[in-house]
Amino acid sequence: MKFLKDFFEKTEPLVQKGARFHWLNSVHDGFFTFLFVPRSTSQTGSHIHDYIDLKRTMSIVVLSLVPALLFGMYNVGFQHYKAIGELVSTGFFSLFIYGLLKVLPIVVVSYVVGLGIEFAFAQMRGHEINEGFLVSGMLIPLIMPVETPLWMVAIATAFAVVFGKEVFGGTGMNIWNPALIARAFLFFAYPAQMSGNAVWVSMGKTDVPVDSFTGATPLADIAAGNVNFSVADAFFGLIPGSIGETSTVAILLGAAILLITGIGSWKIMVSTVAGGVIMGIILNLFAGSTGLSPESAAFFAMPFWHHLILGGFAFGAIFMATDPVSAAQTEKGKWIYGFLIGILAILIRVINPAYPEGMMLAILLMNTFAPLIDHYVIQGHIKRRLNRAKLSA
Amino acid sequence: MSEVIKLKKGLDIKLKGSAEPVMEVVPVPSSVALKPTDFPGLTPKLVVKQDDVIQVGDVIFYDKYHPEVVFTAPAGGKVASINRGERRRILEVVISTDPGSGSVQFRQADPQNLSAEEIKEQLLKSGLWPFIKRRPYGTIALPQEQPRDIFISTFDTAPLAPDYNFIMEGQLETFQTGIHALARLTHGKIYLGVSKTSVFTNIKQVEIRQFTGPHPAGNAGVQIHHISPVNKGEVVWTVNPQDVLFIGRLFETGKVDFTRIIALTGSEVEQPKYLQTILGTSVTSITEGRLKKTGYSQRIISGNVLTGEKVKSQNFLGFYDAQVTVIPEGDEYELLGWATPGVKKFSASRTYLSRLFPRKNYILNANLHGGERAFVLSDQYGKVLPMDILPVHLLKAILANDLDKMEQLGIYEVIEEDMALCEFVCTSKIKVQSILRNGINTVIKELG
Repeated sequence: MKFLKDFFEKTEPLVQKGARFHWLNSVHDGFFTFLFVPRSTSQTGSHIHDYIDLKRTMSIVVLSLVPALLFGMYNVGFQHYKAIGELVSTGFFSLFIYGLLKVLPIVVVSYVVGLGIEFAFAQMRGHEINEGFLVSGMLIPLIMPVETPLWMVAIATAFAVVFGKEVFGGTGMNIWNPALIARAFLFFAYPAQMSGNAVWVSMGKTDVPVDSFTGATPLADIAAGNVNFSVADAFFGLIPGSIGETSTVAILLGAAILLITGIGSWKIMVSTVAGGVIMGIILNLFAGSTGLSPESAAFFAMPFWHHLILGGFAFGAIFMATDPVSAAQTEKGKWIYGFLIGILAILIRVINPAYPEGMMLAILLMNTFAPLIDHYVIQGHIKRRLNRAKLSA
Repeated sequence: MSEVIKLKKGLDIKLKGSAEPVMEVVPVPSSVALKPTDFPGLTPKLVVKQDDVIQVGDVIFYDKYHPEVVFTAPAGGKVASINRGERRRILEVVISTDPGSGSVQFRQADPQNLSAEEIKEQLLKSGLWPFIKRRPYGTIALPQEQPRDIFISTFDTAPLAPDYNFIMEGQLETFQTGIHALARLTHGKIYLGVSKTSVFTNIKQVEIRQFTGPHPAGNAGVQIHHISPVNKGEVVWTVNPQDVLFIGRLFETGKVDFTRIIALTGSEVEQPKYLQTILGTSVTSITEGRLKKTGYSQRIISGNVLTGEKVKSQNFLGFYDAQVTVIPEGDEYELLGWATPGVKKFSASRTYLSRLFPRKNYILNANLHGGERAFVLSDQYGKVLPMDILPVHLLKAILANDLDKMEQLGIYEVIEEDMALCEFVCTSKIKVQSILRNGINTVIKELG
């Protein structure tokens, strides 16, 4: 690897300000620091520093997403062959390879578009390239329906990176979770293509679905009044849905990685789930009330814990709500923030049939309110400090 | 026994190279120096010129805005040079020592028989006043102010820190004399923060509070916060234990004696141990022949690895430092370093395997291990700051230059050393200590 280091060291002067390839500075720096931890040493303050850096942090988050990604690939194949009635005759690897070939292009498009824009902005601003998009670039494919056209993925990613992040100043400054911005953008800009029953299961033009096939996600079914899904399938993830969100098992594996390493906030995870459970129970209590349409009544009556394994709830609670930048930043605030996400997600999901997937909206809404929550937590802190001063005076 | 205050938050960084309880007396160095840069916010006015012959205790410079605060020579001899930096700022006044030179005579008396005014005058004239620091701000105490209390932490929890129980051997009486002197200067109390096993528990005229827990439990700032926090408008003083000895000696002998025991520590030191030398001694006198010979570069730190100052062998030790630490510089690239399992890599996070297989002690170098980024993670700092303070929000208030917020969020209670661990654990490699000092300077400038 010495030749690589030599190459980067030798080319370094060429990309400095005023030099011939100065417009490649951020790219050069990005690749160099990716391959080699820089040799820069502490010049002020603490002489020693923890070995953790943002690259380590982000790579652990990406690692925690891998189970969901791999399972998502398998499930894409599974749903496809199930839809055309050839599930029994197709082997595990064929299912996986089918899904791999479907999902990989989305991942590639997300990374190429997103990182391209990141690089350009870093260069324009004279910043180092930030690692934040390594995670967003993986989250975006995982929350897309598999049949999302690649050009839509590209536009959504570009929108998310530019208007969700860079306009605020890049990673660390954004208000909303960039990946959810991408999803919301598609949801509202292309409602015809992004909802309904045609996008969740990958189908070729010549494929003929079996008679019982609807292509709908369980949540859409339930909203329409047909509660017919197997709890085991929902838990393991063998249901139609966005690529990475279906398997609660894979998501729990990711959660384990985030919790063991301490990268993801357990407070947000716990409080989000608590909020969801409590709202689910409340809805259960009202299931028998008069005036509900039969569809709503069925949805109200669905056992509260089913909400946790359906749709994007688990994925959102573990990977989206915990984004440290867009979440509440005070420890008390995290409890409130997560709890309200859980409440709102289930509320939107059940009460408003137009948005069977309430998790995305709930998180974006609470992202918006996170600074407000923090504000009040900080005001409380300040008040307590002032009281202390008065007591001692 | 006294009340025990148990702290949970914090972090003990176990480094290789802690000092063995062995004392070596270092011969008088050929040169020593006083550095105005050791005192944040000081504008020095020189009294001596180059080639002036001076005695121990002669005034070298004084504070332009508080002329009664003088800084005196730790050793007699000749003023060898006055080194200046940018815009002729004085960096060092170097004295080449002469063992035959005399010493200025001050009053020799039991401080219990002296008035507060007499003690204050003696401390000011002898140049011992600058050892008394004030909170807020961690700057030199102001002679006209009356501190609410005085706090002395008798143990240091910083990495590889010297053990004051060892240093104080045979000097506790002098320490007591120093306490008697300090006790006259406040209507409040002198609080002594002690560790579990402490030789200080029999000291009189003090309130003893025991602290347990990881670093920064030994920081005066943390102890003040838990004993009786500093609010706006209040002032308390802090003194280091070895500097109490200077005060004690002054009253016992009538002379200033800046003999100080320092711990020479760190993974790059051949035999880490205690050295008896004098204040402001040259770095060479400490390190020469005592460091490992290596193919890589080493970093010498006057102080500990969290708050010390990087020095070169031609420099001098800091005014307040009782420790020298030598670690590898670490100015080397590391291939995919962020992706390694990291069995040997110490981290406060749980992202490296070293967490599963902890070692007794680690070798850490001065590498940043990553590039500087914006704030991303939000719960790191709080885990290593055992104070009721929101560190990230305080830093953001400083960066935004929001004076009201800085006050409200507790800038009066912290100085750099208290938040040094935040800088260590920071994923984004944010320069916490320098931001905090900028904030403190702003507050001093705006509010006085």
